[in-house]
Amino acid sequence: MVNLTINGRKVEVPEGTTILEAAKKANIDIPTLCFLKDVNEIGDCRMCVVEVEGRRGFATSCIQKVEEGMVVKTNTPAVIEARRIVLDLILSNHDRECLTCTRNGTCELQKLAQEFYVDEIKYQGSRNKHEIDDISPAIVRDFNKCILCRRCVATCKKVQGIGAIDCTERGFASTVSTYKNKSLNDVNCTFCGQCIEACPVGALKEKDSTADVWRALRDEDKYVVVQTAPAVRVALGEEFGMEIGTNVKGKMVTSLRHLGFDKVFDTNTGADFTIMEEGTEFLDRFQNGGTLPMITSCSPGWVRYMELNYPELIPNLSTCKSPHQMFGALIKSYYAEKMEIDPAKIYVVSVMPCIAKKFERTRDDMQGAGYDDVDAVITTRELARMIKQAHIDFVNLEDSNFDDPMGEATGAAAIFGTTGGVMEAALRTVHEKVTGNHFEKLEYEPVRGAEGIKRATVNMNGTDVKVVVASGLKNAQIIMDEIKSGKADYQFVEIMACPGGCVMGGGQPIRTSKERASIDIRSKRANALYTIDEKSTIRKSHENPVVQKIYEEYLGEAGGHKAHELLHTSYVKREKYKLDD
Amino acid sequence: MKTLEEICNIREEKRKELDLRVNTNATTREKHILVCHGTGCTSSKSPKIIENFRRIIEEKNIENVRVIQTGCFGLCAKGPIVIIRPEDVFYAMVTPNDCEEIIEKHIQNGEIVERLLCKDVDNTVVKQLDELNFYKKQKRIALKNCGVIDPENIDEYIAFDGYKALEKVLFHMTPDEVITEVSNSGLRGRGGAGFPTGKKWSFTKMAVGDQKYVVCNADEGDPGAFMDRSILEGDPHCVVEAMMIAGYAVGATKGYIYVRAEYPIAVKRFQIAIDQAREYGILGKNIWNSGFDFDLEIRLGAGAFVCGEETALLESIEGRRGQPRLKPPFPANAGLFGKPTLINNVETYANITKIILNGAEWYSSIGTEKSKGTKVFALGGNVNNIGLVEVPMGVTLREIVFDIGGGIPNGRKFKAAQTGGPSGGCITEEHLDTPIDYESLQAIGSMMGSGGLIVMDDSKCMVNLAKFYLGFTVDESCGKCTPCRIGTKRLLEMLEKITEGNGEEGDIEKLERLCSNIQKASVCGLGQTAPNPVLSTIKYFREEYREHIDHKECRAGECKALMKLHIDPELCKGCGLCKRNCPVDAISGDVRQTHVIDEEKCIKCGTCITKCPFHAIKS
Repeated sequence: MVNLTINGRKVEVPEGTTILEAAKKANIDIPTLCFLKDVNEIGDCRMCVVEVEGRRGFATSCIQKVEEGMVVKTNTPAVIEARRIVLDLILSNHDRECLTCTRNGTCELQKLAQEFYVDEIKYQGSRNKHEIDDISPAIVRDFNKCILCRRCVATCKKVQGIGAIDCTERGFASTVSTYKNKSLNDVNCTFCGQCIEACPVGALKEKDSTADVWRALRDEDKYVVVQTAPAVRVALGEEFGMEIGTNVKGKMVTSLRHLGFDKVFDTNTGADFTIMEEGTEFLDRFQNGGTLPMITSCSPGWVRYMELNYPELIPNLSTCKSPHQMFGALIKSYYAEKMEIDPAKIYVVSVMPCIAKKFERTRDDMQGAGYDDVDAVITTRELARMIKQAHIDFVNLEDSNFDDPMGEATGAAAIFGTTGGVMEAALRTVHEKVTGNHFEKLEYEPVRGAEGIKRATVNMNGTDVKVVVASGLKNAQIIMDEIKSGKADYQFVEIMACPGGCVMGGGQPIRTSKERASIDIRSKRANALYTIDEKSTIRKSHENPVVQKIYEEYLGEAGGHKAHELLHTSYVKREKYKLDD
Repeated sequence: MKTLEEICNIREEKRKELDLRVNTNATTREKHILVCHGTGCTSSKSPKIIENFRRIIEEKNIENVRVIQTGCFGLCAKGPIVIIRPEDVFYAMVTPNDCEEIIEKHIQNGEIVERLLCKDVDNTVVKQLDELNFYKKQKRIALKNCGVIDPENIDEYIAFDGYKALEKVLFHMTPDEVITEVSNSGLRGRGGAGFPTGKKWSFTKMAVGDQKYVVCNADEGDPGAFMDRSILEGDPHCVVEAMMIAGYAVGATKGYIYVRAEYPIAVKRFQIAIDQAREYGILGKNIWNSGFDFDLEIRLGAGAFVCGEETALLESIEGRRGQPRLKPPFPANAGLFGKPTLINNVETYANITKIILNGAEWYSSIGTEKSKGTKVFALGGNVNNIGLVEVPMGVTLREIVFDIGGGIPNGRKFKAAQTGGPSGGCITEEHLDTPIDYESLQAIGSMMGSGGLIVMDDSKCMVNLAKFYLGFTVDESCGKCTPCRIGTKRLLEMLEKITEGNGEEGDIEKLERLCSNIQKASVCGLGQTAPNPVLSTIKYFREEYREHIDHKECRAGECKALMKLHIDPELCKGCGLCKRNCPVDAISGDVRQTHVIDEEKCIKCGTCITKCPFHAIKS
């Protein structure tokens, strides 16, 4: 343990603790901007400077480790003046159109400006002007707002192992950019959106689709159906000040009705179809000598990553569409027929925790019923925005249920929203199909938890099935390299692009750097999903009566011809960089 | 591969052969024509001079004459320089066309070519180099071999005690003894900050690591500084040898030299030196059967000033964007590839072999109490003798500027000298007698820096000077930390505002406040020292700032926006020359009538001033 003094208070902390963490322990807050725990620890913004007795200049509290006998002062007039000037300088080169910014109210820079009571920019001067990149269907980059904290750069490089963005130019002209300053659309970006989650300001944001959805809702001719992914219900409440990990399914459904959607369905039902199809596909490959390991395809950021980086392994990728695409195809085929609605008039909106789903919607071979499976994808954040626009008192809403007949879903589908969930749901079904036994114990603990890579072996009737679950693309890369080099002998692989799975998706509520450092957000959201599963009466996808009925009435066999037509897709090799110019 | 014995034989034989290089009384029939092949003389056609000499010698079939390309002699203002040995006759500003005359008169007939002899500032004709005032107060330690040997010939280096210090440490000293010797010498980092070299070596030795590195910082970037370049061009082996000694002392087996790509001659010669040392078995495994392994590699810098900052340099060697790391940890503990690393600059290394051979006591007898040895300065600006000078620590700035530098040209007055480049500050007339050492320079608001010394006369505006250096820093900031990235830009904008006549009350205080913030809050040395030129000019020339702000006046006349040109009616004869030459038709007036300048139209180009035969146009 190390003893030090901070603002006159004695503090005892373990060796290796930073001054910032030690101060927090003594309930002393130090402002930060560029700091993102374990991800971006470069000390470049200079907001966290403090005085350390006997040291020339300021110390960088977010990085510098405590030393025995250290005397730290975090709030002397000199420190406050230094931070105030640093903030002034950052603001002087920032597009301060706060009222029209997506991050108005959630911006870390804005909050600091309030805290420091910045009523005037003292060091005004020229500003860099950047063109806004809104070419991709998923992410908008507005570098007029960028403060060069580089949290996005570190996230893309260190967490996801991609490096689609990095700093170019130098000095005042420094900017975060892509290969040859191309649009994110034309480089190796996967649209995972983790950069947006990391951005303290409004420089990175999702491509907004709420206007499209409002337009559809206004259109009398349109039959507007909405579906919500499992991870949305355990995060949406945060946008309304509720506790992280609160399941707001009932309020969410009610609010969607208030917004005017004709039908409110559950993507979880789609997830049960995914298990039926993916399970069947796996069994077929496993028993009939198909390409193994089979890799899941629910995460569109992951699929794009694979197409960009490992096109030679495309045969390993399950041909199953992701749950919301499957569900969209079913709504425009089965449901349309059953309800006698012209599928051309149906407008399917998916509410997703995901940025890449905006891109996935636009992919080729995503028109199962002859129409786009899904017409608009909005994120959890965008849904919250719509609810706020409509002035719905979300917190005090009464609960209600999804609409029939597509509203029934299993516990297996709920856990799709967290890393390991798809694997666990698939194992529940596959295991029973192979062994013919009925299992009571459904929790596959080895595939649960926070680790980025989880390996397990499941014995099915004497045969070992080796599975691996990875979340975060840096971890995915490790697994893919194992497979590519022939070192791995997995049969079934689950990969999610976002670290922790969909609960931590790029479309989820953005939490501040300080919250990310002190709260285990992933666990809280994931646990809420496991609770839903636990409390469900049906916990295996193949036991979902709606699923059974639709196969019986409409699709025929899982993996059969009709199912393939509607519920499966294809992939393409993509160039990482276009070397045309 | 050569054994140690073979190297010693080369040294003995070669030394005899080259005695004429350093001994005017050498008994030899040979003559050596030394031609400077440093960057300055090279750009003034010295390669052509060498070519011509060689051709003429061959054509005339003259025996016992050799033409040698050497490193820089120092007096760049008088280049290209040719010296004939052993008689040590010094020819200045030689052109390729002079070669024939030098060969015919001097080499063949023993007559001195009087017209090519150098004239000192006081107009006395000088025959030998040492007679020049420029050289009288110098003491050459780091530059000892520059201008004496052929830098591309390892044998010549060996002849002048080359690799003797390496032999001494490998076979007669323990690593600790080497470090003690360096510590006792009092040598401090010549890169600018003046950190005690022995201490740095000892930290790296004490650090634990399976691999350690020795790095040479040759990313010399201060505007006007070229001492490291000259050492690498003139005596590359002395840096190779010193890095090896350092490797032995700290326990490193691998060295990197980081040279800026803008120094092609230095890069080429250093590579030749590495290749030759490898060929002789001086670099490599188990050197001279001592059990010591060492090898060296060059890494080229891509033109970023910030890469001279040691941690940014390491980042760049590792293949990343050149941006500084936060310290601690210091490179001695976690440097290149995370391993303990010793980083010194070229000039620091250039002192090492001499310290090992002559002893710490000898070295520490030179200089002042806290600053030992010599310092090389690149003397430039408004001074007669522009060039490279090496002086013992403790000489005064006055001696450098007026005795060595020969004073200010064109009869103008000394105004200030800038040391330390964009990180330093200016020194005024009142401080001219300050002895040059690390502490004294810091005490008067400047710094030693890497050794750029720019002299300014009274035609220089100090606000403009600060603006120039800030412009440099703004261009060269890596952009990592806020105070340097945005703060220096704002400083520059405020200085621009002031020099353009838009300064306001309170601007000076605002500048000072921001400067202080940038100094204290920036990540690396570049940002922490960037405000120095502003603060030091405000400190010594606050009045000039006030004049710019309050009266919109620039006494030096450099800030064009503040210039107000008018025609003195007493002196104007109405000749119309100014009117005809004005590029923007801002001057009007009838013939033989007083002319008038329209201030609105005038762009202050100054053409009229130069054209007026009656000196009637005043600013």
